[in-house]
Amino acid sequence: MSTKNENRGPSAGRGHGGFGPRGIGRPVEKAKDFKGSLRRLLGYMRPHQLSLVFVLILTILSTVFNIFSPKIMGQATTVLFEGMLAKMRGVPGASIDFEAVGRILMLLAGLYVISAIFSYLQQLLMVNVSQKTVYTMREDISSKLSKLPLKYYDATTHGEILSRVTNDVDTVSQSLQQSVTQVITSLISIIGVLIMMLTISPVMTLITLGMLPVSAFISIFIARRSQKYFIRQQKILGELNGHVEEILTGHTIVKAYGLEEDAVAQFVRVNDQLYDTGWKAQFVSGTIMPLINFVGNIGYVAIAVVGGIFTSRGMITIGDIQAFIQYSRQFTMPITQMASIANVLQSTVAAAERVFELLDEEEEPEDDHQAVVLTNPRGEIQMQDVSFGYDPAKPVIKNLNLQVQPGQLVAIVGPTGAGKTTLVNLLMRFYDVGEGSITFDGHNIMNLNRGNLRTMFGMVLQDTWLFEGTIKENIAYGRQGASEEEIISAAKAAHADHFIRTLPEGYDTILGEDASSISQGQRQLLTIARAILADPAVLILDEATSSVDTRTERLIQEAMAKLMEGRTSFVIAHRLSTILDADRILVINHGEIVEQGTHGELLAQGGFYAELYNSQFVAELAHEVG
Amino acid sequence: MWKLREHIKPFLPAALFVMFLVFLEVMATLRLPDLMSEIVDQGIARGNIALIWKTGGLMLAVALGGVFCAILGAFIASRASTGFGRDLRKAVFTKVEDFAPQEFNKFGTASLITRTTNDVQQMQMMFLLSMRMAVRAPLMAIGGVLMVVKKDARLALILLALLPVIALIVGFVILKGIPLFKSLQAKLDRLNLVLREQLMGVRVIRAFDRDLYEQERFGEANLDLTNTTLKVNRIMVTMMPLMSLLTNFVSIAIIWVGSKRIDAGLMQVGDMMAFLQYSMQILWSLMMLSMLFVMLPRASASADRILEVLETTPSIQDPPQPQTIDMGHGVLAFENVTFAYPGADTPVLSNLSFTAKPGEMTAIIGGTGSGKSTVLDLIPRFYDPQSGRITLDGVDIRDLTQTELRSYLGYVPQQAVLFSGTIESNIRGGKQSATDEEVAEAARVAQAIEFIEEREEGYDSYIAQGGTNVSGGQKQRLSIARAVVRQPQVYLLDDTFSALDYKTDAKLRTELAKSAKDSTVIVVAQRVSTILHADQIIVLEDGKVAGRGTHAELLANCEVYKEIVASQYGEEAV
Repeated sequence: MSTKNENRGPSAGRGHGGFGPRGIGRPVEKAKDFKGSLRRLLGYMRPHQLSLVFVLILTILSTVFNIFSPKIMGQATTVLFEGMLAKMRGVPGASIDFEAVGRILMLLAGLYVISAIFSYLQQLLMVNVSQKTVYTMREDISSKLSKLPLKYYDATTHGEILSRVTNDVDTVSQSLQQSVTQVITSLISIIGVLIMMLTISPVMTLITLGMLPVSAFISIFIARRSQKYFIRQQKILGELNGHVEEILTGHTIVKAYGLEEDAVAQFVRVNDQLYDTGWKAQFVSGTIMPLINFVGNIGYVAIAVVGGIFTSRGMITIGDIQAFIQYSRQFTMPITQMASIANVLQSTVAAAERVFELLDEEEEPEDDHQAVVLTNPRGEIQMQDVSFGYDPAKPVIKNLNLQVQPGQLVAIVGPTGAGKTTLVNLLMRFYDVGEGSITFDGHNIMNLNRGNLRTMFGMVLQDTWLFEGTIKENIAYGRQGASEEEIISAAKAAHADHFIRTLPEGYDTILGEDASSISQGQRQLLTIARAILADPAVLILDEATSSVDTRTERLIQEAMAKLMEGRTSFVIAHRLSTILDADRILVINHGEIVEQGTHGELLAQGGFYAELYNSQFVAELAHEVG
Repeated sequence: MWKLREHIKPFLPAALFVMFLVFLEVMATLRLPDLMSEIVDQGIARGNIALIWKTGGLMLAVALGGVFCAILGAFIASRASTGFGRDLRKAVFTKVEDFAPQEFNKFGTASLITRTTNDVQQMQMMFLLSMRMAVRAPLMAIGGVLMVVKKDARLALILLALLPVIALIVGFVILKGIPLFKSLQAKLDRLNLVLREQLMGVRVIRAFDRDLYEQERFGEANLDLTNTTLKVNRIMVTMMPLMSLLTNFVSIAIIWVGSKRIDAGLMQVGDMMAFLQYSMQILWSLMMLSMLFVMLPRASASADRILEVLETTPSIQDPPQPQTIDMGHGVLAFENVTFAYPGADTPVLSNLSFTAKPGEMTAIIGGTGSGKSTVLDLIPRFYDPQSGRITLDGVDIRDLTQTELRSYLGYVPQQAVLFSGTIESNIRGGKQSATDEEVAEAARVAQAIEFIEEREEGYDSYIAQGGTNVSGGQKQRLSIARAVVRQPQVYLLDDTFSALDYKTDAKLRTELAKSAKDSTVIVVAQRVSTILHADQIIVLEDGKVAGRGTHAELLANCEVYKEIVASQYGEEAV
């Protein structure tokens, strides 16, 4: 398929993870409606309310235990130190109180085990919640996609839809899994640690707190500068990737016209720019962590000195210093985390919002409850005063009237372009007419069940659509529950049976994504077999078989002729015989129906068709053949 | 990573220097707890406040040295890694530019794009991480161990005994995790594939009313992906609690054993406190390292993909001693040319011989399997024939440089290709030195003047990447103008005019015929109507000549040609 690669383009560097706190110093996407989208995202998690409550409880408990442990460990150190000091000072009978140390350590071990179990359970639950949430999200998208009108598909690139279903949903899932609990943990840690520090020494706490604005100032100051570089880097990277894509896609032309040097020169120019900005972005953002660490170390030194002085004056115990050092380390972590979580949250909500935008697209109107289902369609089609335009201001069909009796042949003639798709779009209700009406067997198609209406048409177009699966499955796509015999006889009727049998796996051959195992012509035969099996009342055929060798072309023509027998057929005509046999000819130019009538009528009119016919089909031939 | 050592070499000194800086930084970090223990043991225990102040000042100096090393390291590392990325990217791109279409087919254009962009980016990141993280973690671990041993070798044994346990756990998670990660990727690809199929086939799906079935298909892939993700994550979440539990137990053990040793007078309390901090550092750096290991397979895959490109020799090479022809006449001859696509059993062209002369139009017709487009691809040497030869003015084209050979040709492919830039820059792609008049004349011949002048910016109108902002017909006309502007000796036209309406098509053909009256014109045609007046028509079937002559001659005596005419005009035309 021709559009196969369009979503393969390099994404402009999105989603490069890496180490360090996510998001620090990098540009953040902002949601348009942060509150609304966040609320909606939370709505998705509502079914898991109970789990989330458990997560909350478990997180709180495991964090609280974590907060207590340094203090308790410090007690052990204090006991040791005091025992030792006593010995040093030669207090008689002094020794380390091993019983106390043992008791404290046992308590500590217990705390650690419980905390580990809780945090494991908490993460396990969160994995379930987040994965189930995104599962539901994807299912919603899938069901939404089946309800969206063709208009949406025509106006949106595949890459964009794909990126919403994969990248954006992925972002949401990652953040749910990590950030939600991180927010809770960080908040509790900050409060808990602060309390613990205060109980040890208000003065030392003040020192630690004093370091905070310094770190904050450094991160904000540097982050602002590095964001500037990152945004520029992103832009240049996009430019570079675009250039690579363009040059490689147009490779033959580049070679044929000797444009390699230009291409490389431009590449080098952009590549150098990327380097200039890239290393700066990398460097500036890379200084944040060392600087924050340095500030942390200053605090560490200050605590060591102040703590040391305090202890030697007997104001606090040695174990408390040890605990305090651990606390001050624990204190900066959640604060930097909170900063990055804010960014992560922003981009998560932005990603979720893009998914919601898709889910909010206008759907095809639902079928009426009284929608008619035709069981024995005859294939009579009438168009009355039909006008239509993709852009209402630019109608491509104006007041079209057309009567087609069952079994008649309508030829569509004209240069290849958008015209033929328009007709297909209207007949099958991929798009609804602007004005006028189309009736099928006397029923306005607006009143027919949409699915039923569509199955009455069979399409064999030039760009074949086969999916990854066996040949058998692909043919059977035309009719659910078709038997093996029916499939084979359809393949025979389509002259496809022969080549299928020459394949190593026969009917069970799996067509790959690119279906390179079979030729374009063979693909077309398979779609004809599919249409034969579906046995539609009305056919829409494209005679063009441009990429097919002459033999296969003959086979296709024969198969098509067989398919058309006794059916109402709309044929994009490329052959004179089809045109002459047609009951009605629609002449399309520039995507517009410019004339219609029988061959005789149109010739007599002396308009576009007459000119076309004379130039294209007859004059030269008559002249040459003589 | 090591596989790309050739490309790392220029940055090796920088990388080594960064590693040295990282080493200093690590030493500084490790020195801090050591000094801290001095405060405790010498200062607090003895009440020596002056020493506390002095040691504090020393600690500050050490910290300052550490941050200086870290920032200098970040500076050099970011320059080296981005520089490495830049050079590698350039190497890959230049290499790919040398590729012939054969290599493009082998790799696939999309894959080559990814290799030049994402894979290189991946390597660049990996290089940066290796320089900083990968070195830092082991240094931290080793330095930590050294310090610990220095403090108290006996106590260090606890730590050493526990290391294998941790290694075991990390190893287990990696072993279990990596295959699962791979299968996760496969499941994700599967979901993407299903979705992409559904997007592309939306009309067919709706036409057969199979939306529900497709939803189920997606649902299956979705469920499969979700289940695998759950499995992976359930393993991954055991890691963190388990590791922190282990490290915590190590601390307990250290305190317990440490207290015994302190009691026996073999160790001091400050030493034990430093010991505790070291052991934390050792364990965390080990975990960092294990995370790096998780990334390794992906990076290694990228390295392989890049290497594959770099190690491919283009199938088409210039001759060592090229000949030249002085602005030749343009007599192009195929002599017994046989060509098979790489890997194909049967040749597309066998024993093809013909001569195309200046001032004449040679048309080639036949179905696609017949090999007609291949004929055109052989002339600019996109491929070389297996046997036989192609000559231009009597010189084997393989004896010319590719640049010279192609400078004589005006190639117009079936799919028009435009590049981002302006209308003018696209036409000038054919001849950089063209005057404005020449550009305008080419546009006139190609019937492009009308729509160019309709545009506000005229020749300066912006053309988007891939020419998406002009219609198919306009693209084709610009692509033809590009060939016309160079007034080539040989025109190679591959069924060029399919997107044009009939009137424009006819005008273009007339004008082109006038403009190319002294050139050799080779046309690969789809429709008989376009080649009725050709001086010679070569009918190909299954890679062999099934007939040659004028339209009238072929109608009289070539069955295959008659078949083609019949299929396009109906039986009555023959």
